[in-house]
Amino acid sequence: MSEQSDQDILLRIRGLRIEGMSGDSWQEIVHGVDLDLRKGEVLGLIGESGAGKSTIGLAAMGYARDGCRITGGEILFDGMDLAAAKDSEKRHLWGSRISYVAQSAAAAFNPAHRLIDQFTEAPVQHGLSDKATSEAEARELFARLQLPDPDGIGQRYPHQVSGGQLQRAMTAMAMSCKPDLIIFDEPTTALDVTTQIEVLAAIRDAVEAFGTAAIYITHDLAVVAQMADRIMVLRHGNLVEEGETRSMLADPKETYTQNLLAVRSFKSAEMANPVGEEPLLRVDNVTAAYGKIPVLHGVSVDIHKKRTVAVVGESGSGKSTLARVITGLLPAASGAVSYNGEILPPNYRQRSKDQLRRMQMIYQMPDTALNPRQRIRDIIGRPVAFYLGLSGKQLEDRVRELLSLIELEPDDYIDRLSTELSGGQKQRICIARALAAEPQLIICDEVTSALDQLVAEEILKLLQRLQDELDLSYMFITHDLATVRAIADEVVVMLQGEVVEHGSKTEMFKPPHHDYTDLLLSSVPEMDPDWLDDLLAERAELAKQGRVLKAADH
Amino acid sequence: MSQILKMVAQRFALGFLTLFIVSLIIFLGIELLPGDIAEEILGQSATPETVAAFRKELGLDVPAHIRYFDWLWGMLQGDMGRSLANKREISELIGLRFGNTLFLAVTAAAISVPLALTLGVLAALYRHSFYDRAVNVVTLSSISFPEFFVAYILIFLVSVTFPIFPSIANISDATPFWDKVYKVLLPALTLTLVVVAHMMRMTRAAIINLLASPYIEMANLKGLSRARVIVKHALPNALAPIINVVVINLAYLIVGVVVVEVVFVYPGLGQLMVDSVSKRDLPVVQASAMIFAGTYVLLNLLADILSILTNPRLLHPR
Repeated sequence: MSEQSDQDILLRIRGLRIEGMSGDSWQEIVHGVDLDLRKGEVLGLIGESGAGKSTIGLAAMGYARDGCRITGGEILFDGMDLAAAKDSEKRHLWGSRISYVAQSAAAAFNPAHRLIDQFTEAPVQHGLSDKATSEAEARELFARLQLPDPDGIGQRYPHQVSGGQLQRAMTAMAMSCKPDLIIFDEPTTALDVTTQIEVLAAIRDAVEAFGTAAIYITHDLAVVAQMADRIMVLRHGNLVEEGETRSMLADPKETYTQNLLAVRSFKSAEMANPVGEEPLLRVDNVTAAYGKIPVLHGVSVDIHKKRTVAVVGESGSGKSTLARVITGLLPAASGAVSYNGEILPPNYRQRSKDQLRRMQMIYQMPDTALNPRQRIRDIIGRPVAFYLGLSGKQLEDRVRELLSLIELEPDDYIDRLSTELSGGQKQRICIARALAAEPQLIICDEVTSALDQLVAEEILKLLQRLQDELDLSYMFITHDLATVRAIADEVVVMLQGEVVEHGSKTEMFKPPHHDYTDLLLSSVPEMDPDWLDDLLAERAELAKQGRVLKAADH
Repeated sequence: MSQILKMVAQRFALGFLTLFIVSLIIFLGIELLPGDIAEEILGQSATPETVAAFRKELGLDVPAHIRYFDWLWGMLQGDMGRSLANKREISELIGLRFGNTLFLAVTAAAISVPLALTLGVLAALYRHSFYDRAVNVVTLSSISFPEFFVAYILIFLVSVTFPIFPSIANISDATPFWDKVYKVLLPALTLTLVVVAHMMRMTRAAIINLLASPYIEMANLKGLSRARVIVKHALPNALAPIINVVVINLAYLIVGVVVVEVVFVYPGLGQLMVDSVSKRDLPVVQASAMIFAGTYVLLNLLADILSILTNPRLLHPR
């Protein structure tokens, strides 16, 4: 930041320190961070969970969540120190000159009020506009952000609007007072990749059109590359590296940044399906429904021994339901699931212990999949005792062996509670619990989605190693195509309860494709800062030829 | 909308079933009471023959299940039968008393509900402040004392030491409206002190429970005033639990006021019921109990419906 551009500085943070309540003592979580933001500039804050990026983003408004407090430094917004300002002074700025876009729009909109009323609230309460004028502006902004039915959508309640639309409506709400600065806190993290594109494009367009400055917080470097002029990389509450987007992506200085950039480079060697061999698991023309609502329509999938089949699709495509049908949690209405050539009873209650043992599951949220009151010894020991009948010394030896297998030191971990572990470690425990049954097939339901990228990659490497050593087969349910690229041998693409395309990984990443596969593949953000522009241009071109690649966003 | 109607119909059916079960329990419970009105009126010196004759006259010699269905059939047609003690129509007897009980309950509710909600919202707004603690201490203390104790303290303060209100709430049909209000004010205040803590604390807790929600953070970050955040953003979403507690307390104001009625010699339904139990005037007891049960069921039905109406997801389906 050069001295002559001081005039343009909208936000200047110096030596920001923030403490968080952990247990019953205050611990510093942000250790003296400096930040400058010029008028109209978009700054990306990037880092993994615990880096302090959201905390810093909120502190830029002079706001600290319950259990956090700003303990040092200056936050100068247009000359006024928000770290020292009174609550009433800050409330005067909030909403009118600085506004906030939260991660989950579904949670951040008040369920009791219509969208339009929530939009007009800030301008009317700040005395900047009257209700009618503000409503007219809302319709304009809704249209600008490409919401369907901009004149009518405001009359709806939040639960009546889809996630991607709500996120755009929240961006519109943040702009209702034409603020100087908007804090975007992971605004697309909760969305499907296909929906993410449109939200990213809408946000960028609106920010450019009004010349609004923005702080864009995300853990996804590829996303921030599309949005930000400048990037700050944070780790454990410290600044790691700062620079213009293009130069940082081209030439990262710090090892940590290099790791973040290289995160999607892990790739296992693809193995073709053995010819003429009976598949380990065969799902044959399966149909299933929740009550009267059909979810799966004639789905067929084969999984061979020692292979990884990735099932991809966006939320609601039926991929997790497929896992429930295979495991017998949701009995299929028609069709058959056979294992080693033998047809399994549709309901897990009718399956034998051995049939159950051979198929295990790992879930998305290790936090909720592990009993917080149990020690690791019991969590892993239970399936060992249940399926294999071991007890006493043999049981403990097996638990220790399993812990070594997932690369956790048995002596350090065997007597801990799961709550004392990090997210990645918890997921390793879940893997060990699945392995305890000595299965042949493991169904992994979005196992890396809740993890930071670097940790996720470690888990993928572990799963790959276990497959090689133990001859496991995986069914890998994911919405993340980077994961697919890393670990899959075969890919199955699902849309609205049907398989729209399937084939080997190499085939699947090579055109031509079903429209939906194309949409899914092309929607995965890339590190190239021009990626979004190029993609939108390409899609506009295709649309002229009559091929519309756009998320349904129902 | 049809979804809501269906739900209401369902609740109605369930309420009806509850009332039926209650009627059975009431009847059986009363059958189990030792002694009957014949023994009570004739005294211990009566010969078994005279008691038997008197029972026959009152219709008590008929087997219990027949008497139950007779009674139930009558109730369904709105005929509560006649009092055994004085042969008067029970509906006439109870109607007046129930009107009085309702009058007291409504007066108490008109004071306590707005008071509790206001105190609760303010306590949530200024939580952990001196005000919050003071309100909590005062309301909790008043709920901790037995009702009759609160009643006597009030009588001591505002009828004996400072004679502002009468200590006896003896009203009749002929009492003019404002005179009635004036006379029931002291029992109503007693009841207020008893019920306000519960409602106020639930209001406070329900609102505070929501303050960690992302949409409350969002409302704050829109720069709205703290009062607006609480009243406009937290309160509408906290209504369902608050409504339930308010209704439970309203029901208590109607069916749980016996002690207060006795202290203030108030001619309400509770007192009538107590008198009738000691006289073994069973039809009156049964009828009063059914009215109390019906009130409970109806008020809870109301709470369910109101809770549904405050939920936009049910009111405005996708």
